[in-house]
Amino acid sequence: MSNRIEFTRSPFIKNALKSRYPQLAVFIVMLIGYIFAILAGLIGTPVGSRNFSIVFVWIAWWAILILVAVPFFGRGWCAVCPIPLPGEWLQRGAILRPERSGAKSKGRGLNLRWPKSLRNIWMQNISFLLLALFSSVLLTTPNITSIVLAAMLFAAIGLSMVFERRAFCRYLCPVGGFIGLYSQTAPIELRIKNKQVCVTCEGKPCYNGASTLGFPLRGLRDTPPFGKRGLLDSPLPRRTLGLRSANSGYGCPWDVFPGGLTKNTYCGLCMECIRTCPHDNIAINLRPFSADLAKPSTRIDEAFKAFIMLGSAMIYAGVLLGPWGALKDAAYNVGTSAWFTYAVVFLAIIFVILPGFFTLGILKTKSVLSLKQRFASLATALIPLGLMFWVAFSLSFVLTNATYIFASLSDPLGLGWNLFGTANAAWQPMLISVLAPAQTLALVGGLIWSARTAQKAASEIKTSSIPVIIFCFAATLVMLWLLL
Amino acid sequence: MNSRFFLLLLAAAGLVVAFAPFPVQSIAPQERTFRIEARQFAYSPSEFKVNPGDTVTIQLVSADVVHGLYVDGYNISVEADPGQTASLTFIADKPGSFRFRCNVTCGAMHPFMIGRLTVGTNSWLFRSIGLAVLGLIGFFPFSFHKERMLVEKR
Ligand code: SF4
Ligand code: SF4
Ligand code: SF4
Ligand SMILES: [Cu+2]
Repeated sequence: MSNRIEFTRSPFIKNALKSRYPQLAVFIVMLIGYIFAILAGLIGTPVGSRNFSIVFVWIAWWAILILVAVPFFGRGWCAVCPIPLPGEWLQRGAILRPERSGAKSKGRGLNLRWPKSLRNIWMQNISFLLLALFSSVLLTTPNITSIVLAAMLFAAIGLSMVFERRAFCRYLCPVGGFIGLYSQTAPIELRIKNKQVCVTCEGKPCYNGASTLGFPLRGLRDTPPFGKRGLLDSPLPRRTLGLRSANSGYGCPWDVFPGGLTKNTYCGLCMECIRTCPHDNIAINLRPFSADLAKPSTRIDEAFKAFIMLGSAMIYAGVLLGPWGALKDAAYNVGTSAWFTYAVVFLAIIFVILPGFFTLGILKTKSVLSLKQRFASLATALIPLGLMFWVAFSLSFVLTNATYIFASLSDPLGLGWNLFGTANAAWQPMLISVLAPAQTLALVGGLIWSARTAQKAASEIKTSSIPVIIFCFAATLVMLWLLL
Repeated sequence: MNSRFFLLLLAAAGLVVAFAPFPVQSIAPQERTFRIEARQFAYSPSEFKVNPGDTVTIQLVSADVVHGLYVDGYNISVEADPGQTASLTFIADKPGSFRFRCNVTCGAMHPFMIGRLTVGTNSWLFRSIGLAVLGLIGFFPFSFHKERMLVEKR
């Protein structure tokens, strides 16, 4: 672990994360923004490029998410996302930690375990594809965006009332699925510091939750130097000793045991375990990019997620940014026969054509592993590639439409307001001269990154990486052709 | 081969591929006129090619609502009311491939109402492909070399 820098070593960062207030402040701003976006879409102008809901969700938020948050902070967005909050607060029966009554009390809801057969990301794959098939309408129609935003909020509340923890985030959220996939490439991670401490840790409060006790270690409470005339029996208030908040909090909302974390995918960076762990054994580290990908995944649902994201980026680049009007018509006119054809082709590219070529490539490679296992492991190489495809696609989309943000700030509902005097800011593409070079950099960089990942994955399972690298190269050529 | 030298060589090759001037066979500039029909949410024709130096006139006709045509990179535009022809003349002095797009909000898919103008060859695409190939060429010996060093260390 020599190539890690621990952020949480800084007392400032650690305290800011341990306290619930800074995060709560961000949560409240986010939740207000989210609800405002829903309302704006419903009551504001139906013209997408003039409505806060479209401009802030699909231009501003999307730009920050895919260009900054995911590549550099992994699940950083999930740390501040407002969607699961109302449900979680209801489930807990508290907004902050329950000071007196303990973590498990007063919660509402059934708190069922999530069904075993659904403990994978197939539901997220499906929810993403559903949105993707309607995306031309979703991206451009304010009230549809509002309905989807509201539906996510209510689905999260509903699932919180029936199931324990954040079932929506873990198993259903269409956004969370790909954030999790790509968060493995981020140079940031939440991990335990010392495995041995976890092994001997009584009760595993990071997973099970812990009620407010005065002192973290029951067993040590009566032994010096803590108890029996030790520190705890001193007249100093416990708060001064820093013991009061040591271990009160909830078990991991994402149903992850922090002690066993080896990849970022399912840790939502909610920071709860930092608050809960009585042994101060949780760290947030700066690390090399894509460190998680050194150990390739073995799961077929995650492998298909990589194909879904790769394919969607290519399809969007062609449909939305290409010069083919018929494609746009087909994608936009949901319900028509042209749209059904579009939907079938969309799904065929993602589930048949791309995985088909990929499988053909690795079919004849020598390995002791089954084809399915090789498929799952080698698809890891598509993770950096797909992320960079999305970056390249989004650069174009975001830079050409960024000026709408200024107009929308002053006139969020498109009702002729002019709050900051920027309502009439003219549409103008931004940084057009650096766009193409930046896209090339992203795509070529992504290709090399994925080639390296392919090589590591292949050497891990002792097979050849060449077919995968060729596949990535071919996909990159298509993407270059579509975008440049 | 010394890997640092190899990398340096590769970077130099990359710079050449990215920036070396493209050989252009010069064709005498012509005057060219294109009639482009705009409707929600497409142009037809949506792709056209000219030679560098050509004087290009675009006659934009709208079949339904008001549409515009803005050429990325050239930063010029024209706007056409329904049923009327508006025209825009410019000298295609920047080679490459450029998107042109509607710049008058015309309905839902307006931000994606896009066509493509190619002036001469789309050389940046070929340069990018060259860079991708170079990237892989550089990647192979270098990374396998690294791998070997790792194995030797073990
Ligand atoms: S998984 Fe989805 S709902 Fe949950 S925090 Fe992440 S983005 Fe928000
Ligand atoms: S992370 Fe902390 S609370 Fe969880 S098992 Fe390890 S030591 Fe115990
Ligand atoms: S509690 Fe769970 S989801 Fe939250 S930061 Fe810790 S491991 Fe991640
Ligand atoms: Cu338009």
